[in-house]
Order: sequence, then C-alpha cells, then structure tokens
Amino acid sequence: MKTKTWTLTRRAALSLAAGAMALSAAATMPGGAAVAQDDPLKVGFVYVGPVGDHGWTYQHDKGRQAVVEKFGDAVKTTYVESVPEGADAERVINQLAQSGHDLIFTTSFGFMNPTVKVAKRYPDVMFEHATGYKRADNVSTYAGRFYEGRYPIGVMAGRLTESDTIGYIAPFPIPEVVRGINAFTKGLHSVNPDASVKIIYVNSWYDPGKEREAAETLVAQGADILVQHTDSAAPMQLAEEKGLIAFGQASDMSQFGPNAQATAIVDDWSDYYIDRVQAVMDGTWESQDTWGGLNSGMVQLSDFGPKVPEDVAKEATQIVKDIESGDLVIFEGPIKDNAGEVRIAEGEAASEEDLLSMDWYIEGIDAQLPKN
Amino acid sequence: MRPSLELRSHTPRSILYLTPVIAALLTAFSGGVLFAALGYPPLEALYAFFIQPLTSLNGLAEIGVKATPLVLIGIGLSIGFRGNVWNIGAEGQLTLGAICGGAVALAFYDVEGVWLLPLMVIAGTLGGMAWGAIPALLKTRFNASEILVSLMLTYVATLFLSYLVHGPLMDPEGFNFPQSRLFHDSALLPTLIPFTRLHLGAAIALFIVVAGWFVMARTLIGFQVKVIGLTPAAGGYAGFSQKKVVWMAFLTSGGLAGMAGLFEVAGPIGQLSPSVSPGYGFTAIIVAFLGRLHPVGILLAGLLMALSYLGGEVVQIELGLPLAITGVFQGMLLFFLLGADLFTRYRLRWNRSPAAGTAAGAARPAEAREEAA
Repeated sequence: MKTKTWTLTRRAALSLAAGAMALSAAATMPGGAAVAQDDPLKVGFVYVGPVGDHGWTYQHDKGRQAVVEKFGDAVKTTYVESVPEGADAERVINQLAQSGHDLIFTTSFGFMNPTVKVAKRYPDVMFEHATGYKRADNVSTYAGRFYEGRYPIGVMAGRLTESDTIGYIAPFPIPEVVRGINAFTKGLHSVNPDASVKIIYVNSWYDPGKEREAAETLVAQGADILVQHTDSAAPMQLAEEKGLIAFGQASDMSQFGPNAQATAIVDDWSDYYIDRVQAVMDGTWESQDTWGGLNSGMVQLSDFGPKVPEDVAKEATQIVKDIESGDLVIFEGPIKDNAGEVRIAEGEAASEEDLLSMDWYIEGIDAQLPKN
Repeated sequence: MRPSLELRSHTPRSILYLTPVIAALLTAFSGGVLFAALGYPPLEALYAFFIQPLTSLNGLAEIGVKATPLVLIGIGLSIGFRGNVWNIGAEGQLTLGAICGGAVALAFYDVEGVWLLPLMVIAGTLGGMAWGAIPALLKTRFNASEILVSLMLTYVATLFLSYLVHGPLMDPEGFNFPQSRLFHDSALLPTLIPFTRLHLGAAIALFIVVAGWFVMARTLIGFQVKVIGLTPAAGGYAGFSQKKVVWMAFLTSGGLAGMAGLFEVAGPIGQLSPSVSPGYGFTAIIVAFLGRLHPVGILLAGLLMALSYLGGEVVQIELGLPLAITGVFQGMLLFFLLGADLFTRYRLRWNRSPAAGTAAGAARPAEAREEAA
C-alpha cells in the first residue's frame, strides 16, 4: 500500500501565525520526542459513533488497531465512543489531554471547535482533527477525498441500473456530502444521462432505523440501486433482502450484503495514523493539513460484488487508475449547477476552496439543496 | 406463600432516606459482579466510575456543567408532573430557547455590551415558553393530548434549528458547514471558577431549585397544582382551574427548558450547531422522577446522573470498558433506584394465610425489613 499523503499549501496562509508561535511550537516537539524513549506514547481517539457501526467509526478504530499492531508496547491507545457533538465533546477531549495523552485524534467534524479550545489549554499535547478546517500549532487536520471514490461508483451505477433511478441516502447537506453527490452524479451521467438521482437526507450520521426507512421510501419510488453516505449497514441489508444493488459506505459492508454490494468506498486511516504516531515519536510532528484521495490509499474501493459484470468492473478499475494518475479530474469545467449557472468555467478545475465550500447541486439533479 | 404489595398509609422517614442508600449498595454490588464477570477489576472500575470524577476541581466543575440543564428542566417538569400535566417535549423547548437566545447573540455579533447576555436569557426563556404554549393551548382549547403534541413538537424544533444553521444563521466564513459564528465574549456566560467550564447558569439553577421548592410548598398556585394532580375532582369543587394549571405547568417547564438551552449555547458550546443537546430534555424526565418530583431530590438526581456520564467516560479512558457496559451499568443504577423507590409507597407482604403475614422475616429482602424500623 502506498503511504503518500497530500500536504496542501493552504497551510502557508497560517505560517505567519505559526511564526509568531514558534517558541511554543519548539517547546512542543521535544516533549513528544522524550516520551518515545521509556513510557509508552499515549494516543487517544474520540469517536462520534459506536466502534461497532461497521462504517465511519469502525474504520477509525481499525486505524487505531493498526497503530497498536505496529508499535506494540511502545504505544497505549484509548478510545471514547459515541461522544455527542456539542458540549460533551470538549469535556471528553479535555479528559484525554488531562490524563496524559500525547496525541489525540478527534474523528468528527462537530469536534472541531472543542478540539481547538482544548488544544489552546494543552500546548504540549498534539491534536489531529478529521474533516475540519481549523488548525493551530498543535492541531492538524486530515480527511479523505471520498468524492473521488464516488465518481467511479456513479459510473458503475449508471451501467447497472435498469430502472434508471438511483436512491441516495445522505446525512446532512454539508459540503462533504454535496461534493459526494455531485461527483457521483457526474460519473452516473457520463455513461447514462437518463438516470435520475433521488436524495433523502436523514439528518444523522448513524441511525439504522431512519436509514432503513429512507431506503424503503427510495425503493418504493423505483430505485433499484442504493447509495449511502450514512454509516450504518441498514440500507445495504435492505438491498440484500430485496435483491437490489447497493454501494457500501466507509467500510466494506459485504458481510451485510454478500450479493447486494457492488463495491464500497473504504476509508483506510491505518497508514495515516501510523505515520502520525511515528512522527510524534521521532519528534517531527508538526501541524499540517492532509487530504488524501484514491492515490494515497486513504480512499479505496473494495472488491467488486457478484452482480458486477466483468466489463463494468474493468471500466471502474480504469477510472480509479485515471483519477489516481490525475488523467481524470472529476470537477473539471465547464460545470453548471442545476439552476443553469456556470460554477466552474471551461478549461478550469475546481479549486480546493471551491471543493471545500461546495453548496450547489450539479446540473442534472432534480432537487433543491435544503437551505435558504 | 405469595408476596404482594400493599399501599402504605404513610411513609416512615427512615425508608425515605434508606432506599437510595440501599439502591446504591445494590448497584455497586451487582456492578462489581458485572465488571468481574467481564474480566475487568471490579473495585477499580467502581472507583473510576463513582469516585475519580470527584477527585479534581475540574471534575467537580464538569459535573456542575452537566447537571445544570438536567436540574433546570427537571424542576420545571416536576411542577407539571405533580399536577398531572405531562410535558414530554422539554427537548423541543430547550431547542427553541437555544435558537431564540442564540439568534439574539448572532444579531449583535459585532456589538458588545453587558446588556446582551440578559437579553439572550430573556429571549431564550420566552422562546421555550412559546414552544410550551402550543401544547398548552391545544390541550385547553381542544383537549388534545399534551404528551403527543409536546413530543412531536420536539422534532419540529430540531429540524427548525437544523434549517437555521444550514441557512440564515450559518457562519458566512465557515465553508458552508452547518454552524453559526462563534459567540463573542459578552454573549458568553461568565465562568464561576477560573479555568473550568462551570458557568453562571449553574448558580441560577441552584436558585431555581430554591424557587421551585418555594412555589410548590408555600404558594397557593403550588397547592392548587398538587390538589389537581392528586384528585382533579376535588380541585374542581374547590374552584381550582385545571386550565390554569396546564398553562402554568407548560409555561414554567417550557421557560426553564428554554433557559437551559440558552445556557448550553451561551455556556459550554458557544455557538449554534445542529445538535445543542444530547437529549437533556428527555433525561430530565428520569431526573424528575428519580428526585421524587421534589426540588432537592431533583438537584441530587441531576448531580448523580451527571456523575454517571462522567464516570462512564472515565472507565472508558482508564480501563477501556466499552460504552455498552457503562450503559448497562447506568441502567442498573436507575433500575435499583426506581425499584427501591417502590418501597417508599408500598410495603411487601408475604401472605401464607391472612393471619400469618409477618412470620417470614428471614425470607424478606432488606428493603422490606426496614419498614419495621
């Protein structure tokens, strides 16, 4: 597996502030290095869901386990699961920092402000926040370019659908999710312009009951393929029961849909977590922003399921290769939104800024983005 | 020989104070068994759960932070529950309080002043009252079930908040993530202890405990609520208005829930986000009953509930206990507390024959034996 990660230059904007804080940063490094010698390095993880969600949190915990496996007695890991986003998160993060953890991963967007707040209080503790945009001298951010995986599954859905109706179960209309829907739709329409995407927001990252209800509604509306951006396996299980096709989210869900799962977008945090723990041990850890895509191994497609014909599998594999090599740029202009306005001009590609704040549906989605 | 429950004519004081102690001992014992059976050191786990959160100033402050909304809402709910008015939608009223108070803070995001915080508290309280007024109106006008109406309005409130933070109240510099701006300093509650999160709201909650006791024990309206709750017919003959009690219960509990919501966003959270409460409005129902609908009881129950959350985190961090086990443990604690409470109102009788009811002393559980004391 490749371990390359993408370090963005957006960090440069923060370097002024970083310079001003250089003293405290310098004080941070030796603290991290000293720990590596005798005591085990204490690494804490804060999860938004249960470790058994078989989705988002499950994958982060696999990353934690990879750290344990790699470093053995040199690390001691701790996790706190199902931490609500809100007032409780700060207490849990604080508790981890207070109890001597050297490196703390907070793995949900809603933990961003609490992480930054606690980080101010503990300048010697290093923090890693997933999917956010606020950094500090001792706070890094990291995320996966999950949308890169959504383009090839869009292509696959376009090839596999018979009813030309795709059901899409989404959590919240935030940029990450909208980006995924747009990338999926772009892939879908590149091979099957007639197919339509029906989207239901369930307003939760993990709610098997609601996810199942949404999936049932979508199937009743004619969807023969289910795509999910929520974390439970409920939609996959429904697809299995009804003999339909579904795409797994965050984790390989084939055990819940041995026939139904065409493939899954798998988040693999292992290499990143190992790298960062190693960096703390070596005393080379510094604040950075990582946004790893297919070519970093942070985002992968799992093995193709039994309902995927050879040619479709081949096509998808080729597209993944093209995205990895940069031959295929998903958000390359001209791209219009679904009101007809040009969002990305011809000959241009979406900037990181455009991607991070995407709040419009791409042309061809017959729905309104739920906002004002 | 068959056990049966018999209503007590009056409850001896000793039982009133003994049942929580017995329940705590039972919880500790069966919790210890549970931990040991799963391969965790029982004493260490119990220490981490119950004692360790109390050993630091920050831990104590955090219990105060966590208990504040539970106590505030619990006091409000208890007034209604005593009058047989069932407000199940405190979570929604809390959300509306957070929205209204938070909207004030955001409207003045570039203006600072000492007047801002009081204005937010008023707006938050009024917001909660307004949301509580809907089920009260439907109940008194159309006799609609206040349980269903208040519960359903919770979902409306949550989605309304979600709409606002995705739209009009979204942070313009926040990359379209569904959060508001961070509140500035004069829109945040001052902390009571430096370097902790214990905020002014905790002190106000304590004041509300006293006020709640005063209203229920010393005022006419409190008396009316209790009479209507016990026997509506008697209340009616005495000329007490049932409608008045419904309104009073919903406005009080809604207002206090709204205030609690505002305290959350102006205290530990510091902004509006899609989720402002991990279900305080529902947990407060348990707190109210755990506290036997008495203000002091509710204060203690709120603190215990807060401790159980913090303890659950500590055992996860220190001993690696999975959350599910701490959930089971919390459940046992509540089960024993509420179960033991049964014996404050009922006594256990072993009936062999009508005459020989007291012969089976040795077979009786400890709780039942205490009644003789």
